[in-house]
Amino acid sequence: MKSFDYIRAESLSDASKAMGDGAQLIAGGTNLLDLMKLQIMSPDRVIDITRLPGLSDVAPYKDGVKIGALVSNSDLAADPKIKALYPVLTRAIVAGASGQIRNKASTGGNLLQRTRCPYFYDTSMACNKRAPGTGCSAHGGAGRMLAILGTSDDCMAAHPSDMAVALRALEAHVEITSANGETREVGLDTLYRLPGDRPDLETTLAEGEIITAVILPAPVKGSVQSYRKVRDRASYAFALVSVAAVVTMDGDKIDTASLAFGGVGVRPWKDAQVDALLHGQTPDQALFAKAADRLLAQAKPHPEAEFKRPLVKRALIAALREATGLAPATAGTDKTRDAV
Amino acid sequence: MTDTFKMDEAQPRLLDETRQGVIGTPMDRPEGKLKVSGRAPYAAEIALDGMVHGVLVRATITRGQITAIDETSIHDTPGLLGVFHGEHFVRNPAQGMAAESPEQPGTRIDYHGQPIALVVAKTFEAARDGAHKLKISYKPDDSVDVDPQTASNVVSKDDDAVIIGDVDSAMARADASVDLQFTTPGQVAAAMEPHAAIAQWQGDQLLLHGSLQMLRFNKRELADAVGIDPENVRILSPYIGGGFGSKLGIGAEAVSAALASRALGCPVRVVMARQTVFDAVLRRTETSQRVRFAATKEGKLTAIAHDDTVSNLSDEGFAEPVSTASQFLYGAENMHFLQKVAQIHRTPAGSVRAPGEAVGMLAFEAGLDELAEKLDICPVQLRLNNLPERHPATDQAFSARALAQALREGAQQFGWSERQPTASRREGDWYIGMGMASAARSNMLVPSAARVTLEADRIVVETDMTDIGTGSYAILGQIAAEMLGLPTEKVVVRLGDTDLPGASGSGGSFGASSAGSAVYLAAKKLREELAHSLGCAAEELTLQDGMARGANHEKSFAELLPNPIMAEGAIEGGKTADEYFSAGFGAHFCEVAVHAWTGETRVRRMLGVFGMGRVLNEKTARSQAVGGMIWGVGAALTEELSHDPRTGHIVSRDLANYHVPAHADIPRQMDVVFLEERDDQANPMQTKGIGELGISGAGAAVVNAIHNACGVRIYDFPATPDKVIAGLEALGR
Repeated sequence: MKSFDYIRAESLSDASKAMGDGAQLIAGGTNLLDLMKLQIMSPDRVIDITRLPGLSDVAPYKDGVKIGALVSNSDLAADPKIKALYPVLTRAIVAGASGQIRNKASTGGNLLQRTRCPYFYDTSMACNKRAPGTGCSAHGGAGRMLAILGTSDDCMAAHPSDMAVALRALEAHVEITSANGETREVGLDTLYRLPGDRPDLETTLAEGEIITAVILPAPVKGSVQSYRKVRDRASYAFALVSVAAVVTMDGDKIDTASLAFGGVGVRPWKDAQVDALLHGQTPDQALFAKAADRLLAQAKPHPEAEFKRPLVKRALIAALREATGLAPATAGTDKTRDAV
Repeated sequence: MTDTFKMDEAQPRLLDETRQGVIGTPMDRPEGKLKVSGRAPYAAEIALDGMVHGVLVRATITRGQITAIDETSIHDTPGLLGVFHGEHFVRNPAQGMAAESPEQPGTRIDYHGQPIALVVAKTFEAARDGAHKLKISYKPDDSVDVDPQTASNVVSKDDDAVIIGDVDSAMARADASVDLQFTTPGQVAAAMEPHAAIAQWQGDQLLLHGSLQMLRFNKRELADAVGIDPENVRILSPYIGGGFGSKLGIGAEAVSAALASRALGCPVRVVMARQTVFDAVLRRTETSQRVRFAATKEGKLTAIAHDDTVSNLSDEGFAEPVSTASQFLYGAENMHFLQKVAQIHRTPAGSVRAPGEAVGMLAFEAGLDELAEKLDICPVQLRLNNLPERHPATDQAFSARALAQALREGAQQFGWSERQPTASRREGDWYIGMGMASAARSNMLVPSAARVTLEADRIVVETDMTDIGTGSYAILGQIAAEMLGLPTEKVVVRLGDTDLPGASGSGGSFGASSAGSAVYLAAKKLREELAHSLGCAAEELTLQDGMARGANHEKSFAELLPNPIMAEGAIEGGKTADEYFSAGFGAHFCEVAVHAWTGETRVRRMLGVFGMGRVLNEKTARSQAVGGMIWGVGAALTEELSHDPRTGHIVSRDLANYHVPAHADIPRQMDVVFLEERDDQANPMQTKGIGELGISGAGAAVVNAIHNACGVRIYDFPATPDKVIAGLEALGR
């Protein structure tokens, strides 16, 4: 592995100032250290932000909750407020990685983890995300785990996070702090860029900007929330497809539905048209299938990922059957509580 | 010189007469605490003064020539000590029991990922950086076959084919038949400990700390690769973090460490990164298999055919013996077993846990399940109907075969009679179903020697046998303690050192029987000596807790043994192996849940019933059996090597993307029943191999249960959700 300087940041502004070309923030390091050992990422400076004060709390904020960027995935999943009011977030987090990894991984780091596309990981192969302009080996290569939505000719890599899928369904924002201490809040759709012809640029974070918190809006009262992840083994595998759903009912009709999808998108995927299609409708299988068809209208799967079309449709049906009460709730589907 | 016992005839069941009472007991492994507390040093953990670090460099073309290795490209690597490559570098690990160097191709590249150089530096990190940056120029070949389905060179192994009668006409005449195509993907051993070696020279003597399964062979392989006399090689491998076949032969880590250490004059450590283990260690071949059965409407098989295509590099002799068990499990008048080998440029193939049966029985036993469905006969009964009197291909008698008993007892204990018609049992969104399959794994005896020393209050067992996590330390100690009448705490077992008498090593499930028999025979000689000293016939002697009794004499070991006595035992196969066919047999039963929407499969419970001769340690045997069944679940549901279609290169190169079962994939209820059995023709202890029987057939029970649950047949393993939902959609579900 390439030698690097290690800088322990004592303050946010320290960290911001140390950033720039060849620098990389490290918190849990659960993804970065692997990438550095394989020299997929080879920073000159690693800035340790784990000692920064004030970024490790889950606290009430406006009508919702503010999650410090350094809160570990395990602590966030176990937080009583999250379990009671945003259960889809807990479910999504514990569906990812392993207990050991979740103990180390941070909230901000989870959002910024890199794709697991095998060609990104193999430095002998062309990859526009790792080495801009070299090409995309996934074309004509192995492609079972690739995204089918939001892809470009230059990149089809799927975003691997489970947590971020739940955050999209919950319509969370991230708080970003700049080098001069100013903060801005943006939705995840703004945070994550589509790959286009620059798949190496994954976010809209400017130089010196650091994600300092995730902000959850007011809890969706009376909602049923579900995270349904389908993978190649029962634990410790990335999603083939996943569905996060936050649903409220008005009598026997769907009042609101906020869905997000993992394993299918170049970023944690949300499609407002899918949510709108469900609004005010009587839930049944045909409606859910129609929602899936809307989701998949623009899908462009690699031949080996073609199965994700039927699989995400069936996972969506399974999740919504439980979330709308057509089928009894099983593990992964929870009714939100009114208070902690 | 040790006299070698040849297994020419059945031997008395002495271990049923001895009095110490430790054989077969579920004794904890004596080295267990060392392992779980980090005090059992594995190869890479040995710290030597002045040790430096090497990292392997891989080829990034599939086939061609190296034209230049530009060492100046990494001259600024801190602490760089050298770049090693050239004529002695090995292309891949030796195949099991090769006892000579694996291929040393010089500048020729035969597969993407081939180890071609070693970068050595004072620190591991610097060596890794140098290995990453080393500039290599190639002259690639224009066209390369990397896909067995489209390979231009496919060798038909006609000389090894078994063809009896006429399968085609039997198929045409049959009341019912199936003709099915299956594929299984490549697999890897996935041992937890990556391959590692530390080499150190003293003059012309090479000492290697390695992670290797078969030291007697490895010593000669390493000597041949490096170009020295085997007498100048010593290998130490006392603890091994899993082998599963991947450490049968000497590999690039050991050879390159030895070469670099010789040149640099200091100890060199080489540890493969996980990705290198995937690239450069022998994989299990992918297979395509055609399975045919024909039967009368009463369920009597009239034809059995199992033809397969596997792959390897053209000059690797190993071909996965896919149809081994298919040739002796059932009988029919017409049989056909023919293998083809596609010559392709992927990481070469070798032995990975239960080569042959592990993947062959997936297809064979799933095919039989489909025939049972066609015949509308219970799958257990169909198997019971067709057990042959003698080995159908060789006409040997079976030695001990508990297959019928395993099928019956398994069905009864599992509650097989509760099995419902296909796709008729639901719990919420989950289909529930049951499946079963036979288990079989041929048994072997490999020449082995051991030395046993008896003192008044201590036994020392010494052999170069290895313990790959299977329990060799435990069972060899139990055999010696039982034979010589001391508690197991009084036994010291020394393994994993080529200076000790040469044993079989660990592989093919033959280690316990082979090395164990050598220990047994050495102890038997000591018993004879004790009987003589006591003044009784050997048959009259009983030994227990340090007391010898016989013919009205009784003496303590302290009285009988003023000095320690020592004997060597050695065994090799003999006439019984010609006259009798010995194999472990059993039956697997499995209940699964299949999600009606997402196609996920969850194993709810499994039962394996096994007849595998005398059980030496009930606990380690059970762990072996359960471990095998878990690998069966992996083969059925999760494990798959994927290759780049252009380069043949393995793209699932780590344990996050190569899916062995996780804890959550395995139910709490993994039951194992051992049938009481003695295989008199196998060896003097009446034992048989255990390690690989658990996997053989287990995966077929899983996919047969998937079919019973939801009606979907899986022909392309593993049964991942995408394939199950494709099947469900085809059925309109």
